[in-house]
Amino acid sequence: MNASFPLLFAAVLFCIGVYGVLSRRNAVMVLMSVELMIAAVTINLVTFGAIAPVVQREHVGQVFALFVLAIGAAEVGIGLAIVLLLYRNRASVNIDDADLMKY
Amino acid sequence: MLSIQDVAMLGVAVIGGGAALLVVMSRNVVHSALYLVIALLSVAGTFLLLGAEFLAWAQVLVYVGAVVVLILFGLMLTRAPIGPMPQESDVGPWFPLVPAGGLFAVLAYLTFTQFGDQRIDLTVVRTSALGEQIYVAWAFPFMVLGFFLTVALIGAVVIARREEGEGPISAEERETLEPTYTDATSRPGRVSPHGGARDAVDTSGTEGPVPDEVRS
Repeated sequence: MNASFPLLFAAVLFCIGVYGVLSRRNAVMVLMSVELMIAAVTINLVTFGAIAPVVQREHVGQVFALFVLAIGAAEVGIGLAIVLLLYRNRASVNIDDADLMKY
Repeated sequence: MLSIQDVAMLGVAVIGGGAALLVVMSRNVVHSALYLVIALLSVAGTFLLLGAEFLAWAQVLVYVGAVVVLILFGLMLTRAPIGPMPQESDVGPWFPLVPAGGLFAVLAYLTFTQFGDQRIDLTVVRTSALGEQIYVAWAFPFMVLGFFLTVALIGAVVIARREEGEGPISAEERETLEPTYTDATSRPGRVSPHGGARDAVDTSGTEGPVPDEVRS
């Protein structure tokens, strides 16, 4: 398989994630966009792990991808807890409302 | 010459990219979460095409099974405006295209110049081989990861727990509201999708969130 195809797919996912983070205000939408970016990084790790011979023998790329998977799951849990708290205190999930530490 | 793996990879990429675009573009947050399922499934398909079988099923299990369900529960619990928000980001829908498009141009150029003719000889990594690596070479980071997950779980519970005197409604308001909690229309977050919820915050008096003059 041509190595540029999965890398290009990862680039597409990452850039769509960047666009989502920048353009949406709903905090849950921002979390979902971050998930897309994490998935893109995981694809890159596995692809580079499959390209490099030494790395491929020890499966380092897949081990790291597994770690990223677990950390991404934890990030979603914490992120949704924060969104829940934000909604309870501000009655809104608009991230523009969470500007207490901005100035 | 495109091999059969190339064709499958291109198909997965087209499906996943389209689903990811719909995640970002969809005005309805629940629709976005459901499109996210398709996007993450296509990522799992990419893992399968790269020979990472355990990772593919872990992706399905963790992301499609747990994370998306968690997001849907979060949407349920916040009773947030699920439909379109009054207006999206201040900068408008076109400005974020600049960093996203620029980044994609750079990444695509680098990918094609550096890896354009690189071939991957596909070998399936057996789950037993991966497990041997994790439990021998990466045993300590793996344990740290387990500890990290425990800390994150406890932290999420602590953050999301309702504390005394917290929230957008004042104490005496809550006392009057709690007995009639089954009446959905009288609940504080339910006044109206957009403007009403903010009004409920502003009328909550001293116990509510920080007033505007303190905030700015």
